[in-house]
Amino acid sequence: MRIRAWYAGAIALAAGMVAATAAVGQDAASTAQEIEKYRQALQDGNPAELWEARGEGLWKKPAGPKNASLEKCDLGLGPGVVKGAYAQLPRYFADVDRVMDLETRLAHCRVTLHGLTPAQATARPFGSPDNRSDNDALVAWVTSESKGATMNVPSAHAKEKEAFALGEKIFYFRGGPYDFSCATCHAADNTRIRLQDLPNLTKQAGAQLAYTTWPAYRVSQGELRTFQWRLNDCFRQQRFPELGFASDASIALTAFLARNANGAEFKAPTIKR
Amino acid sequence: MDSGRRDALKAGGSVSLLTLLAAAGWLKPGEAGAQGAWNKAAFEAKSIPDAYKAFGGAPAQAKEIAFVATPDIAENGAVVPIGVTSSLPKTEQIAILVEKNPNVLAASFDIPAGTEATVTTRVKMGQSSNVYALVKADGKYYVAQKEVKVTLGGCGG
Amino acid sequence: MADPMRIRAAVDAGGVTEVKVLMSHEMETGQRRDAAGALVPAWFIQNVTATHAGKTVLSAQWGPAIAKNPFLSFRFKGAQKGDKVQVTWVDNRGDKRTDEATIA
Repeated sequence: MRIRAWYAGAIALAAGMVAATAAVGQDAASTAQEIEKYRQALQDGNPAELWEARGEGLWKKPAGPKNASLEKCDLGLGPGVVKGAYAQLPRYFADVDRVMDLETRLAHCRVTLHGLTPAQATARPFGSPDNRSDNDALVAWVTSESKGATMNVPSAHAKEKEAFALGEKIFYFRGGPYDFSCATCHAADNTRIRLQDLPNLTKQAGAQLAYTTWPAYRVSQGELRTFQWRLNDCFRQQRFPELGFASDASIALTAFLARNANGAEFKAPTIKR
Repeated sequence: MDSGRRDALKAGGSVSLLTLLAAAGWLKPGEAGAQGAWNKAAFEAKSIPDAYKAFGGAPAQAKEIAFVATPDIAENGAVVPIGVTSSLPKTEQIAILVEKNPNVLAASFDIPAGTEATVTTRVKMGQSSNVYALVKADGKYYVAQKEVKVTLGGCGG
Repeated sequence: MADPMRIRAAVDAGGVTEVKVLMSHEMETGQRRDAAGALVPAWFIQNVTATHAGKTVLSAQWGPAIAKNPFLSFRFKGAQKGDKVQVTWVDNRGDKRTDEATIA
């Protein structure tokens, strides 16, 4: 049994659930406390730094048909300004006359500066061990340059207001075989899946806690996961159609959730279970 | 492990002879100097007593060995922080063993003079288990253990 | 080629240098099966050596139970601010990587 549990993912998962039950059977408060200690112990030495380093290299290294770097990419605070840029995204960009989130803007820059086709620039939004994603690395680096910045997503432009309103609508939109919405799991206090607390994204504290802690190195996957990935996986868990990478819906939902986090300190990339 | 050995042999060029000998289990730790030794017998041990044998002796319990920054409960077995510190004089080696892993030995550290007898790393755990800190000090082996509960196995999800 | 390590090293007032290392490595156990049911071969760092001024300050032997993208921290005496610490790992395929950091 022991050996098989190690071998087979499904069986290991079952064993894990049994272990979880046993743990919960103890004093729940002390369990939560011990899990908190576990999380604390991981903070010092976050493998997300490996992605940040690779992303910085990708940003600075000339690449693509135009053999140019991304150093002139304007993330909203001027060409080449990375520091603090993520804390003010998504935002309206006059040069394309639309609202863009970080991923969309990076793809835009990889098209305009590197000379990639839009399809090439968005070909691999999320990485896996044998197929790494440049997007993951670039997002890790850009977001790390906003660590400590205060979330300040702008809403002055009409298109920014429009994106926020659309994102809000998507958040409450029920559909799919389970008749789920984002709000089904994220609009009440003190809910959780197994040991994972679910943030109430309709309240400021919950919205801030959630948005400011992505991207994260997920120890369960051994991968850096972006906020985009988080949204996509929520859609999968809702049994929704796939959320198109860099789509208007994705940008709008991000705009809604990012702006709800305004006023909070950005803390990512973090490390999570 | 055999396939690992073949891989190492195939790799050729960049690998020193010592590494090859060590990988093949022909060298005991210490024989190859600081780099290249790999205690194959210990790493293949399936139980704590077998691992003790591979290291060459049954250890005595020692309260001078402490776990630091090691949680009682790990949220995910894929990454479990383990820190070991020894206040035993002349600590020269610290090994971390996980009783219920398929191969119990996770890591062994040689501590030269001038280096503090404290190391921190992260291990995988397939399930809740006792974790052993085996310490060699002044030529003798000592041990301390701690139970770590795992809420999600290191290979599940 | 493997990605660079992230090494941070800082010396405190008492002359103790703390070194923290993150390595980019799969640390494949050799016990996992792929989607087709075939065993994924073991692939893991076996040896880690840290040196300062030509002297080994830590050497380690690892098995595949060390977590993916390994983390290691240790402390040693005798280094000054501005000195270099070098870390080398070698895996069971013979891949090797050496990086260094300046002690802060």
